Amino acid sequence: MTPLQSLSGTITPADLHFERHHAGVPAIDPAAHRLVIHGLVDRPLTLTVDEIRRFPQVTRVHFVECSGNGRAAWLNPAPDMTPQRTDGMTSNSEWTGVPVATLFREAGAQRSATWFLAEGADACLMTRSIPMEKALDDALIVWAQNGEPLRPEQGFPLRLLLPGWEGNANVKWLRRLELGTQPWMTRWETSKYTDPLKDGTARIFSFVLDAKSIITSPSVPSRLTGHGWRGVSGVAWSGRGRITRVEVSADNGASWHDAELQGTPLPKAHTRFSMMWNWTGEQAVLLSRATDETGYVQPGRKALIDARGAGTDYHNNAVRGWRIEPDGAVFFHWET
Amino acid sequence: MMRYSSGTVLLVILAACQVADNGTRGNPTTYGLGSPATAADIAALNTDVSPSGEGLPPGSGDATRGAALYASKCAACHGANGEGAPGAPPGPVLVGREPREGFPFGNDPKLVRTVGNYWPEATTLFDYIKRTMPLAAPGTLTDDEVYSLTAHLLVANELLPAGATLDSASLMAVKMPAKGRFVPDNRRGGAEVK
Repeated sequence: MTPLQSLSGTITPADLHFERHHAGVPAIDPAAHRLVIHGLVDRPLTLTVDEIRRFPQVTRVHFVECSGNGRAAWLNPAPDMTPQRTDGMTSNSEWTGVPVATLFREAGAQRSATWFLAEGADACLMTRSIPMEKALDDALIVWAQNGEPLRPEQGFPLRLLLPGWEGNANVKWLRRLELGTQPWMTRWETSKYTDPLKDGTARIFSFVLDAKSIITSPSVPSRLTGHGWRGVSGVAWSGRGRITRVEVSADNGASWHDAELQGTPLPKAHTRFSMMWNWTGEQAVLLSRATDETGYVQPGRKALIDARGAGTDYHNNAVRGWRIEPDGAVFFHWET
Repeated sequence: MMRYSSGTVLLVILAACQVADNGTRGNPTTYGLGSPATAADIAALNTDVSPSGEGLPPGSGDATRGAALYASKCAACHGANGEGAPGAPPGPVLVGREPREGFPFGNDPKLVRTVGNYWPEATTLFDYIKRTMPLAAPGTLTDDEVYSLTAHLLVANELLPAGATLDSASLMAVKMPAKGRFVPDNRRGGAEVK
């Protein structure tokens, strides 16, 4: 998991990108690796990695977040949790690759295709069904991360990148794309990555990650060593586009103040925020809440439970922060 | 003298931008990269099974043989009766029909999801066993063995009678209790929390 409390800016060093895999990390010979595109296409294709790298390429900055990010802190909160432990399954990188749409055009994707299946070459042949709209929007097949080849743990030599969508669907070690007319209902997208709701249903194909933020400084395990001015800083992100506003509270949500957004917020990417704060030595609770360009505001814990039910623990983006004690000690804190 | 509309001129310019210099630069519709995927290339990889039954192979199995296979190849991780096993991560629970009323997973985070109480499609069970199990040797089970193991787990979840046999047709006839519980994502951004 990414040690968010130790990082500045927005880019996650590649070897600090969080890792989540479901059947180990395969050792793949890039010269022997192939991507096969078939199903509802006019020209089923087999592509080598070198051939894929010959297509027009794009470079974009996007976060990848596991939809289970924050789940451990939600279910079993502990005061000594660091940002790494509460939310370290989000990372932000500069990715280089080719749009999926370019490869689908090369293969002659048929208009009747409404879904595609992405399959990895790991031991569990990770498979997820993805709507064609995402391929025609901003889905990429990437081979590079922060200027270097993908790390094995991040899908070397090829991974699917679905900007703003839950990490599991960003299939690593990509070996096959099959175009069809309905989802395949794989184990992952039915028994695992679904969101049960209080009305006796469960959301399926709930890909998008709603706006979220976390203060990374100060945070556990740091300790405030003196009163006075200091920056309160963190990262905010949304799977629906740009972050437009981050508010910070130093009084457990009684009052909120606009933080400064550093740089130009990029869509579906981490945005660094900061606010200067004068600590006078009293107990304080620092919280952050993000707003994205759709007007969505990161909710509190109660609002999220009211909307979904207490049994939903994925896609958890409730406001969270840090309690500062008069002696400078810092503890993890949920907004209530 | 021929007259061209401004639109025609624009189209000519755009066409020139797509591929210039006798086709040596620009962005054509296709690039001619890669090689045709042969039927054999595709068949070697395309082993998935859809809820429509597409991809289900010929063959059959039965729950009795499935129980024996389960004991030797699955029980170490999933428990003798599909109750799961401790570990990091724990071996997943496969069997269980509780809670039998409703679908209260959204209200109780402690409820354990099983094949019998949560999986909406029986084809998913066949697909996952065939392609992914057993953990240390995925893809080594024959289709008949996969039918047998699927039958055993459906029997254990009270979705087929004891000793049931299973083939593609009878698998497609299995009624999964959680079918119909799954709804499309209605979150669209904006002010409302969903």
